[in-house]
Amino acid sequence: MPLRIVVLTKPVPDPAAAAERLGPDGRLDRTASPSVINGNDEYVLEAALKLVEAHEGEVTLLSMAPPNGLDTMRKGLAMGAHRGVLITDPALAGSDYGSTIAALVAALGQLEFDLVLAGFDTSDGVGGVIGAAVATKLGLPYLSSAAKIEPDPGAGTVRVRRISPAGFDVLEAPMPALIVGTQLLGEPRYPSLKGIMAARSKEVATKSAADLALDAGSIGGDAARTKVTGQEKPPARGATEVVRGTPEEGAKAIADLLASRRLI
Amino acid sequence: MADAAPSTYRLTEEQLLLRDTLRQLADERIAPRAAEIDRSGEFPEDIRQLLASQDVLALPFPEEYGGVGADLLTQCLAIEQIARACTTSSLILSVQGLGSLPILLGGTEEQKARFIPDLASGKKLIAFALTEPEAGSDAAAARTRAVRDGDDYVLDGGKRFITNGSVADVISVFAVTDSNADTPRHRRLSCFAVEVPTPGFSVDRLEHKLGIRGSPTAELSFDKVRVPAANRIGEEGEGWKLAMGTFDRSRPGIAAQAVGIAQGALEVAIDYARTRKQFGQRIGELQMIQALLADMDAKVESARQLTYKAAVEIDAGARDAARWASLAKLVAGDNAMAVTTDAVQVLGGYGYTDDYPVERMMRDAKITQLYEGTQQIQRLVIARSLLGKPD
Repeated sequence: MPLRIVVLTKPVPDPAAAAERLGPDGRLDRTASPSVINGNDEYVLEAALKLVEAHEGEVTLLSMAPPNGLDTMRKGLAMGAHRGVLITDPALAGSDYGSTIAALVAALGQLEFDLVLAGFDTSDGVGGVIGAAVATKLGLPYLSSAAKIEPDPGAGTVRVRRISPAGFDVLEAPMPALIVGTQLLGEPRYPSLKGIMAARSKEVATKSAADLALDAGSIGGDAARTKVTGQEKPPARGATEVVRGTPEEGAKAIADLLASRRLI
Repeated sequence: MADAAPSTYRLTEEQLLLRDTLRQLADERIAPRAAEIDRSGEFPEDIRQLLASQDVLALPFPEEYGGVGADLLTQCLAIEQIARACTTSSLILSVQGLGSLPILLGGTEEQKARFIPDLASGKKLIAFALTEPEAGSDAAAARTRAVRDGDDYVLDGGKRFITNGSVADVISVFAVTDSNADTPRHRRLSCFAVEVPTPGFSVDRLEHKLGIRGSPTAELSFDKVRVPAANRIGEEGEGWKLAMGTFDRSRPGIAAQAVGIAQGALEVAIDYARTRKQFGQRIGELQMIQALLADMDAKVESARQLTYKAAVEIDAGARDAARWASLAKLVAGDNAMAVTTDAVQVLGGYGYTDDYPVERMMRDAKITQLYEGTQQIQRLVIARSLLGKPD
């Protein structure tokens, strides 16, 4: 039985560019920095790709983003995802968690799937609530902090090893289910060059708020129930000491420093 | 020179993704190995496997033979990104293309089907053997002979400075098939795909080199090596034409390699100028350092644009393809030498040590002024294109 997996992916400012900043309205200025797929999302995408390689099936990427979200989605397609759905609409600009969740729930309602995978959190918003909220709204079993995902398509169940303070909990749920993964799922692959060449011909459907029958009054910046009221830079850090030398010398210097401060 | 409509280019979304993917791959997986590859002088088999697994070695080959079917500009983007991290590693891709070009340009369908899939997958490596001890810039003076004997040719002679000659599974060897004094020099050579190891073939020694130290440069000898006539690429006497056609498409790759080396050195210099403090300020705030960096950037970018333009012109079938290829390699090679030398200057004494990669990049840059035709040969090609070639 082939698996149908939807992976939630979000374009975020490229952490390597270190150009993330807020605009005058307190919202993230998405023109200030190139976008990349949220790092944690790449880990669950990798897990999804491995699962369909093992079980057969298809991976669909689902994003809510400005129209240029297509560019970052191409990378996921180049890694091996089969198709994409991009929710994009000017009316969604400035959405808080509430309308983001409503849009994702509506789009998932139009897709058939056995599993929805989401990353642990995103590097821009760092809320970490989207996965749980989408599962709740859709009435799906919610399996969090997954270090390993083992579906049994024949039985229609999925088993997850969830990180716990004691080690791992093993959870089992019927499919369809929503799983939030961790980086323990394994390092994401680089897109192969053949994958990049193939990505162009993969289908990406775009969905507007109207396509998803979203109520215009309840989405976007105007409907947001949380507002950014101010912003401050973190306090400057103290002087940095750079340790040079062999790994052994470096380790000793760091250990000496920590010991001198009675930290070890 | 001026053809009807100038070819223009703007990188496609695909080319940008490919460039960025290779940059990440090079930063994360290749750059950390570069110093050790240089120090040990060992061929980086792990990098070969990595490039094969990511389909990088499939770039120069048509899709019907298992390749990616990338155009020349895309191949240049890939070489540039790898060379930015490690010149030796970029040569694995360059030479896979160089050695295969005679087959792609002059091979039969049967020969392509026989050789290309294993080269595209990276299962096999190929080398290009034209240069001889006494036939460098004057390649038509080659003495290695191939004499027809039934269904075979028998090859005798030696080749020198053959990149990957000791690790290749197939070698495109150029040999004299017609030594008649009346035959024009350029019609005496033929090309053969020699599958090695084979009796009579040996790798006599590897060069000890200034740079590209992990890339084996071999001296090869052929002592009555039998090669099936079915492995002759093109007709007898077409060897020179195939070699020159090969260079039209391979020289932009060397230019791209030079651009990559220079870009890598520029980035190290910028990073250093931002952090190194002297006279109570970051050296990047000193105008003399700023001027060096600005000139380096201008040299890198002008070489890059000329290289991309050359690749597009050559792919578009420009009549003066040889000129474009030589212009790109001439400018990019010289600029890479200048930029890497200036990068060492920015880093001062530290740049002269192996604490930083710029001394390696400077050593590596030098080869781009020498191989696939010295800079003097590039000027000769350009001048002939301007003035007309003497018969």
